[in-house]
Amino acid sequence: MSETGALKQTPLHELHIGLGAKMVPFAGYDMPVQYPMGVMKEHLHCRAAAGLFDVSHMGQVILRGASYEAIAKAFETLVPMDVLDLPEGKQRYGFFTNDNGGIEDDLMFANRGDHLFVVVNAACKEADVARMKAALEPGITIELIEDRALIALQGPAAETALARLNPAVADMVFMDVATVTLLGQDCWVSRSGYTGEDGYEISVPAHAAETLCQALLAMEEVAPIGLGARDSLRLEAGLCLYGNDITTETGPVEAALTWAMQKVRRAGGDRAGGFPGAGHILGALAEGVARKRVGLLPEGRAPMRDGTQLFAAAEGGEAIGEVTSGSFGPSIGGPVAMGYVGSSYAAPGTQLFGEVRGKRLPLTVAKMPLVPANFKR
Amino acid sequence: MKFTEEHEWLRIEDDVVVVGITEHAAEQLGDIVFVELPEVGGEVTKDDEVCVIESVKAASDILAPLDGEIVEVNEALVDEPGKVNDDPIGDAWFFKIKAADLSQMDDYMDEAAYKTFIG
Repeated sequence: MSETGALKQTPLHELHIGLGAKMVPFAGYDMPVQYPMGVMKEHLHCRAAAGLFDVSHMGQVILRGASYEAIAKAFETLVPMDVLDLPEGKQRYGFFTNDNGGIEDDLMFANRGDHLFVVVNAACKEADVARMKAALEPGITIELIEDRALIALQGPAAETALARLNPAVADMVFMDVATVTLLGQDCWVSRSGYTGEDGYEISVPAHAAETLCQALLAMEEVAPIGLGARDSLRLEAGLCLYGNDITTETGPVEAALTWAMQKVRRAGGDRAGGFPGAGHILGALAEGVARKRVGLLPEGRAPMRDGTQLFAAAEGGEAIGEVTSGSFGPSIGGPVAMGYVGSSYAAPGTQLFGEVRGKRLPLTVAKMPLVPANFKR
Repeated sequence: MKFTEEHEWLRIEDDVVVVGITEHAAEQLGDIVFVELPEVGGEVTKDDEVCVIESVKAASDILAPLDGEIVEVNEALVDEPGKVNDDPIGDAWFFKIKAADLSQMDDYMDEAAYKTFIG
């Protein structure tokens, strides 16, 4: 327990302990990996009803400048996304790139009228803030928000549950953002998440976070969900975990994230390039890449964990790829994985073999998401 | 019943020793999703890795607690690994071993000592 002394706590730490969570160190925070329900049941509960997640460890950052246009143009120098044309009240997925065309972090950004609201990964947040400050100050100010918690309410019953606290949330659709009063507090709500389910992510003042969570947990649809199920939910949904599935060494084209790069930033677009590594990334778009991120469904029951080497044949030959995330998918009822394979092996249905404890076990390249998404469009 | 520091339990049944994992171990591992059992008839040496169990989180090994021959395995666990969470000290035994030297059992803890060990 000596290590936990140095770990940071979220505003919901006491709530987790009270709920009987098993706590683990994650990105410098003492976080709940599971509650007494257990990973499997938590996962299935989230897909069937609604799950409540504490994601307060993530970085919430506000960028301000002379106008949204000024902020957006500045932010576009760091990401290959269309920030400028994002309508007010809308959110988008994006990522910071580096000069080699690799990914420094992935993120969500929202046009909130007079400012840009950005949510980044916990492990990267200090580096991300430093990157933005170095590149964008003094024209743009960058503020890491430390007095708000961030929670996610995910699952088909999320709307029913949250609408009891404010019916306005029912009118939001996927990727909408709004300031919504919940239990008397101004909350920054987006209709989004990291599970493949419909749901909301809610930035709430830290002092009011536990009260809000208690109100949601008192509803019969809602159960607390730990990081364990968060990982299996996002994996079934085909969503990347930064540090595993995307890193400084993987580019967005290899990572199959080109859908997140709008046309206006690509070759021929009005604001083509102008982000770190643009030459590499636009070159990869034009010329193709040697490997691709794919979904993988192992046959049998043995999970294939990250690092598992992939082969084209049951015997012999060099590895043609590697698993970057692998676990058991409770909704699939079997092992699920994603990883990188040589581009000629990336077509869905391709049979490959993963080497587990010295044995090559069959698996199939599968279209992502592995479980159908359930967003409110 | 005897207990190892690897959180296995051992129960003598007729002339064989039945081996499983403790409730404490099952709880620590979380939901078990995969079990790989040893070959029946295989000769094992104490501390050989004889089974693999995977939870949603990670893989772990089960070590042979004794020298001897594997005489039976619990095939039901292959199709229903979740039994290990439901009934770790009953239905969800892993294998039976015909011990070469039953005095190796003396090295292991009784229930009271195991309870102290896990705190």
